[in-house]
Amino acid sequence: MIKALDRKLLRDLAGMWGQALAISFVIASGVATFIMSLSTMDSLNLTKDSYYDDYRFAEVFVSLKRAPESLAQRIQEIPGVEQVETRVIGAVTMDIPSFPEPVSGQLVSVPDDGEARLNRLYLKQGRLLDPNRSDEVIIDEGFATAHAFQPGDKLRVTLNGRRDDLTIVGIALSPEYIYQIQPGAMFPDYQRYGILWMGRTSMETTYDMAGAFNNAVLTLRAHASLPEVVERLDNLLDSYGGLGAYGREDQLSDEYLTSELSQLENMATLFPVIFLGVAAFLLNVVISRLVSLQREQIAALKAFGYSNSAVGLHYLKLVLVIVLLGWLIGIAGGAWMGQGMARLYQDFLRFPYMHYWLAPGVVIIAGFISIAAATLGTWHAVRKAARLPPAQAMRPEPPARFRQTWVERLGAQRLLSQPARMILRQLERQPLKACLSILGIAFACAILVVGSYQEDAIDYMVSVQFGLSQRDDMTVTFVDPTNQRALYELQSLPGVEYGEAFRNVPVRLRFGHYSHRTGIQGIEPDSDLYRLLDTELNRIDLPPAGILLTDFLGKRLGAQPGDVITVEVLEGSRAVRHVQVAALVSQFVGMAAYMDLRALNRLLREGNAISGAFLAVDERYQATLYAKLKDTPQVAGTVIKKSAIETFYDTMAENILVFAFINTLLAGTIAFGVIYNSARIALSERGRELASLRVLGFTRGEVSYILLGELGLLTLLGIPLGFLIGRGLCAYLSNAMQSDLYRVPLVTETSTYAFAATVVVISTVISGLLIWRKLAKLDLVGVLKTQE
Amino acid sequence: MPETSTVFKTRGLTKIYDMGEVQVQALRGVDLDLYAGELVVLLGASGSGKSTLLNILGGLDTATSGEVFYRDRNLTQASESELTDYRRYHVGFVFQFYNLIPSLTARENIAIVTEIAKDPMQPDKALSLVGLGDRLDHFPAQLSGGQQQRVAIARAIAKNPAVLLCDEPTGALDSTTGIVVLDALERINRELGTTTVVITHNAAIADMADRVIRFSDGHITEIKQNASKTSPRELAW
Repeated sequence: MIKALDRKLLRDLAGMWGQALAISFVIASGVATFIMSLSTMDSLNLTKDSYYDDYRFAEVFVSLKRAPESLAQRIQEIPGVEQVETRVIGAVTMDIPSFPEPVSGQLVSVPDDGEARLNRLYLKQGRLLDPNRSDEVIIDEGFATAHAFQPGDKLRVTLNGRRDDLTIVGIALSPEYIYQIQPGAMFPDYQRYGILWMGRTSMETTYDMAGAFNNAVLTLRAHASLPEVVERLDNLLDSYGGLGAYGREDQLSDEYLTSELSQLENMATLFPVIFLGVAAFLLNVVISRLVSLQREQIAALKAFGYSNSAVGLHYLKLVLVIVLLGWLIGIAGGAWMGQGMARLYQDFLRFPYMHYWLAPGVVIIAGFISIAAATLGTWHAVRKAARLPPAQAMRPEPPARFRQTWVERLGAQRLLSQPARMILRQLERQPLKACLSILGIAFACAILVVGSYQEDAIDYMVSVQFGLSQRDDMTVTFVDPTNQRALYELQSLPGVEYGEAFRNVPVRLRFGHYSHRTGIQGIEPDSDLYRLLDTELNRIDLPPAGILLTDFLGKRLGAQPGDVITVEVLEGSRAVRHVQVAALVSQFVGMAAYMDLRALNRLLREGNAISGAFLAVDERYQATLYAKLKDTPQVAGTVIKKSAIETFYDTMAENILVFAFINTLLAGTIAFGVIYNSARIALSERGRELASLRVLGFTRGEVSYILLGELGLLTLLGIPLGFLIGRGLCAYLSNAMQSDLYRVPLVTETSTYAFAATVVVISTVISGLLIWRKLAKLDLVGVLKTQE
Repeated sequence: MPETSTVFKTRGLTKIYDMGEVQVQALRGVDLDLYAGELVVLLGASGSGKSTLLNILGGLDTATSGEVFYRDRNLTQASESELTDYRRYHVGFVFQFYNLIPSLTARENIAIVTEIAKDPMQPDKALSLVGLGDRLDHFPAQLSGGQQQRVAIARAIAKNPAVLLCDEPTGALDSTTGIVVLDALERINRELGTTTVVITHNAAIADMADRVIRFSDGHITEIKQNASKTSPRELAW
């Protein structure tokens, strides 16, 4: 049996269903983004943790030149080390007949029995390696899918300068390569880069590493100190060409995962705050209006003996029904979007499985936050209803007080028609409400700006990185540092128009008590194919001496131009030198350092060694050039710029579309919620006034102007403010997302602003049309018979 | 063709309101002629149908059957926009609850009508006619009920309408204030010659009219010509 008061509640709701639904949707948007972000984050974390556990992902990683296997025992004896696995890792190039471009990859050893103890493989298809066969290989799933490889297929490879045919026996995944990206690349490219696993004995033979290893991974005992283990390991491996050990947080795949997770965390806070803030404001406006419309009913209820709290609770219940509806829609929407996100992640994260998990706690917290926001927003209105003395409530509210606006007092009065004055005075009478409406519209606009920001930033990064900085068509890397002559050989290949050598050296940079493991890239002083840029994108000339640091690396070390930093070379001579910082360069990806190629070689005392070359290539000779490069055993890898960018955009296109769609939907919800509710309230507050004007002979168009003009003005003021807020949110995100791996530049295109404004304007127009229809139903006679 | 001195002519006017399952007959065949320049009081209890008649005459409502002419214009068949035009250019309304725009001053409340009218008088002049020449820049909230009603009258006559339709103009006012308002109406009728229809349930007002039309249960029960009109100042209730 429903109580009479609750029946009233249901009928009140039915009478304002459009507004209630619009607010529910705004709440739903907040709840949905919250649930989507947190559930995706939980799912990724959960999947990651169980994958890491089940497949024994290592905690310490180190590469070295070469050490005898007996050293493994000494590593094992380092206090805190639980388990050690030594490995041989080498570069590989592949010749895939159906794919003209050269393909490179990394070959990782697994014990001959097939079962790695750490970083174990998750076999998707086929089988593990046969210890008695030396020509078998397991390949990673992304690479297999990109080329439609099946177990049993042959793969032609060049290993350490020798050509070989291998048989693919299995397709697998590894916790080491969840985010599988070629070191130095901006994005994953499964077509041109693959991970291969091979038996240890075969690898030792191929890479001349009999009884030795060049890579080790470790797990730690509980409570072991990572820095201590790293230090002891580095000391132990120093004389074996150790390149410096590091923990998970510097492991490429894990580092990317962490930055993705922190992005989700940002989303989980930023967006719900905006949506629920707007919802609280809308509820306040709607409930305030309802209370003032129902003054007499409240008075009557009290006269019948209902208590203040019963009346207050009655209106609070109304709010809660709206919140509840929003919460339910939000849960459904959030779970749906979360599953969609999880699917998108599976496209570029290589998990063997993805447990989508929506924690009941998240759902409950979302509910509590929504209720808290709504209660806070309507507290004032509900209290007002509860405290209204019955006798006073029986009388109509005193007429609204108006005055001339400051615009008019400034002398603009003559320019304003009476309807225009009505609009301005209405806004000035309730400045807080007007400001919050403008703010609400602004946030809708801002969300759209943020939504397109990602795309703008990526476009900008690609155009700067590949248009202005890396101007080569192709980067060729050699297996080992080679004599300068190798460049001339490359330059003599058909189709190569121009080439420049470069040298890459792994180093550890120290300044004060900060240090960072990175690489120094030596390039030609007046390089045309690899330009260093400052923050204004002006070219920086490479000085003949001194080192240039990526700005983010400079900040990390606390080093400014003029400071002298310590460079510890992590290979070959393992020289330790002091070099002056010549300048900081602006770069979005990585934290590299740069030097003049000759200065670098002087520093290393290695003569004219080069690691590879940047090439400018005539497109017409591409095919022959690819074939030649595939045939050159010294070539460890080739990156073809144009195809890399194309692949990237292909995989991103879907993501960008999905995000743009979701964002538009969410922002549209806010814009519509704010504008439609403002319009409905205005119509309710001023219906009498507008009906009077209609009676006096105003047309529907003329009275619409008064009502919709106000909305138009709010929208026009909200849009530029939204641009500003949007830009601010992008700046916040850009700052929050910066990491060692990449910095997302703060770039927002004109088209982004235009799109945002368009969506907001369309929402306004739709709200306007709905109100226009309501205006047709104004009760001209009734409104004259009653006092407000 | 109606005579030229006839402003309104209704024949067999009926109005039936559909209230869900019940039908309410508000007008049951009304035949009435109103002449140019006269002041008519429509007297009747609430629910007698007088307001319905006024609304139909004013183009706010349409009849269920029968015909209504404003001069030679047949309002029965007028479209919505024709009715809007009609209200805009020919009719002045005064309502029981004034219906002023709270965000506009007295002067602006009149300007909002004169701005869309064809040959209006100046807002200041209209306000002087109702004795409010000194309250031009006051907002409704700063005016008493009687003053607000006089602003409403000024607003109604400022467009120089052919007819002034007043629905219980003193209904929300005490008698002293009411008389000031009626005085203003009488003065307008006398000085401008505007045909004025006042509906009321207050029989005391009837004495100021040229003609008194009694209404009951949806039809006219009596039409009385006042031999001599009483000045509103002498009325009392």
